[in-house]
Amino acid sequence: MTVPAPRARRSSVARFVAAYGQEIVIACALIALFIVVSAINPRFLGANNVNTIVSGNAYIAVAAIGMSMIIITGHIDVSVGALIGVLATISGTLAVSGYPVWVAWTAPIFIGAAINGGVGALVAYGRLPSIVVTLGMLSILRGGLVSSTGGAWINDLPPAFQIAQARWFGAPAPIWFMVILTVLAFLWMKNTAFGRSLYAIGGNAEAARAAGIPVERRTVQVFMIHGAFAGIATMLFATQLRVIQSTVPPNLELTIITASVIGGVSILGGTGTVIGSTLAAVLFAAIGSAMIFVNVSAYWLRAVIGLLILVTVLADMARRNREFWSNQR
Amino acid sequence: MTALVRLQGVSKSFAGIRVLRDVDFDVQPGEVHALLGENGAGKSTLIKIIAGTHAPDSGVIRVGDVEMRAITPREAAKGGIATVYQELLLFPDLTAAENIFLGHAPKTGLGTLDWNQMRRRARELLDSLDSHDLDVDVKVGALSVANRQRIEIAKALSQNARVLIMDEPTAALADADVRRLMIVIKRLRERGVGIIYVSHKLPEIFEIADRVTVLRDGALIGTLPIAEVTEQTLVTMMVGREIDHLFPKPEPNFGATVLRVSNLGLGDRVRDISFELRRGEILGLAGLVGSGRTELALILFGITPATSGVIELDGRPVTITSPRQAKTLGIAYVPEDRGLQGLVRPMTVAQNNSMAALSHVARGVFLDLRAEAAKAAAAIRQLGIRARGPDQIVAQLSGGNQQKVVLGKWLETAPRILIMDEPTRGIDVGAKAEIHALMGRLAQQGLAILMISSELPEVLGMSDRVLVMHGGRLVATIDRADATPSTVGAAMAAASHAGEAA
Repeated sequence: MTVPAPRARRSSVARFVAAYGQEIVIACALIALFIVVSAINPRFLGANNVNTIVSGNAYIAVAAIGMSMIIITGHIDVSVGALIGVLATISGTLAVSGYPVWVAWTAPIFIGAAINGGVGALVAYGRLPSIVVTLGMLSILRGGLVSSTGGAWINDLPPAFQIAQARWFGAPAPIWFMVILTVLAFLWMKNTAFGRSLYAIGGNAEAARAAGIPVERRTVQVFMIHGAFAGIATMLFATQLRVIQSTVPPNLELTIITASVIGGVSILGGTGTVIGSTLAAVLFAAIGSAMIFVNVSAYWLRAVIGLLILVTVLADMARRNREFWSNQR
Repeated sequence: MTALVRLQGVSKSFAGIRVLRDVDFDVQPGEVHALLGENGAGKSTLIKIIAGTHAPDSGVIRVGDVEMRAITPREAAKGGIATVYQELLLFPDLTAAENIFLGHAPKTGLGTLDWNQMRRRARELLDSLDSHDLDVDVKVGALSVANRQRIEIAKALSQNARVLIMDEPTAALADADVRRLMIVIKRLRERGVGIIYVSHKLPEIFEIADRVTVLRDGALIGTLPIAEVTEQTLVTMMVGREIDHLFPKPEPNFGATVLRVSNLGLGDRVRDISFELRRGEILGLAGLVGSGRTELALILFGITPATSGVIELDGRPVTITSPRQAKTLGIAYVPEDRGLQGLVRPMTVAQNNSMAALSHVARGVFLDLRAEAAKAAAAIRQLGIRARGPDQIVAQLSGGNQQKVVLGKWLETAPRILIMDEPTRGIDVGAKAEIHALMGRLAQQGLAILMISSELPEVLGMSDRVLVMHGGRLVATIDRADATPSTVGAAMAAASHAGEAA
């Protein structure tokens, strides 16, 4: 059999652009935003402001890492905001009850993994759609939280608890968490059989099962990892202020899901990276801050983000459709 | 007499591949015109051009006296052309009457739906189809396939169809329902409806058709009155004579028996199957759609474990309960539907290639992406996959190349038994021959291959032995030397008679 020589290999730059298109777009949008806004108001680019923008939203980026893994696997979790609210209350309660701060920090990670492990088991073995299970979970967590705390705030948190206020090597601790976890998660997803199996399941669960990938077990595992990331996000979120509101942060799950989707994680599963979702989380924060600096009502923020969602999803669908039609006979 | 529909010199290409070449075709009032050909011969494209789904690249179409370049779906409906598709397009939560009149329901003077008239006319239509027992108020989702098909036909008639296209109408029907359908078709013919009848089942065609047209590789082989053909001539027309050149099969070199199956069963879908498979052997599994071939493959691959019988690998009995376990035992399965069970479309060639054998490219928990790319490059070379490189997304490849990627994925697991379900379905002729050559080489290297195929020439050309299944049972085992279109076809035909008698 004769085989024609493969066409000339594309340059590594072209391949990089093809593989990380959405991440590059977000990074460029971020840079463009900084250039434009700082031209209007130079104080925007001040180190203090940048640190505030990024560190105040690092917990969203961290939660979006887990969310991206969930969406890549072909699922969704709409309860993560409520989960973070519940975990924050647990964490704060532990801290004011005299437990060591490291217990208050790490307990949410294990509890988050355990709760979402249950969600994952219902999805994987109960064959329930994840949107349904997590919608139920959303109500349970939100209702349970308000009922059990009566909406009371947790005050008098010990100063040692405030890890989000710490600065390491000149940068706020949440930025370190965000950057290191993003890089590790990215490498984990790209370079391990585990990460690869998540992409395979999200891309085509039947084919993954036929190839011998334990689809159910991986589904439970990815939900547990996602729960653990929600726990780490809680640690950064709950320690920002001296008080913890015993309510669920409004729209938090939507912001987190949006970061994943705008970051290039296809809502249909199987594609995207956690770098994109982290960049998108930073982009939201920057847009919010920029609006203040250029004197636009902050109420426009959600509208702008909504517009970004529609544009991104449309672009994703257009890309998929093109692939779809180019292969139809 | 004027033809209801006439096609002259119609050609059509998709993505540069000619699927129809200069084809003439027509339907007269009151005739059943059978359309025959192998998979990929161009039948579906032809009927889709008549139904208005596809526009031809060239040629002329006449509907009645109107000449046009292409039919739109709207013109097809206006011209009385209706199609009963293989996968019935009904709404399960609507009633029979609602489905029949969907889109053209009778209205009252006030513009609301005239339910009484709708139900009465639905009743009349179903009665005219001999379906007096079918309730017009029943939800369609609760009906059997045969009854849903009657509703499809009633729906076509409610739009005054003069040309009815039926695409493999009996593929999913039981024998008794096939008989009823034949009666309905004869009644429609008496009313002057022209029927285009697509089927693989020759006995049906001899019973019902007035004329038959055979397509092969997109070309018209001939249109003849049914009285002038025999089963043998039809098969020869469909298959062509160059069949031996198309299937490059090296001399087989059989080794020890790897797989022995005894009295294997799965409920009533697979019953009492026993056979052996040797190293280096290609065992062809023939039979009609629904005869239990794919079900047998799914048992061997652990997707639906057997409910009875014994599977022995190298003489040791094994129970296979999951694909994961089948893979560990050295069994690979290239599925019938590569889009559904084979490929992860958003992934690259390299990622798909290593998917079933990730441990082969792993160092500890980490994947060696360089080794993975090297393995993919080797597969691209050895299997002749036309791709830009290991990092191309598989969704961008052609069907034949996608199939080679699925095959490569399973070869990475170094299997001893390879099950291939319709290995060349929907693949162009060139890639087909390449995959056949590959199968021959793999068998020569000692791989045991079980090949399921609906294409008789493929079964005959590639198999060292042919197993024929019908109704979940093994009805014949034919050696390569004795396997001809007539012996295998006879086994399949004889089986259907035996099935009726049973």
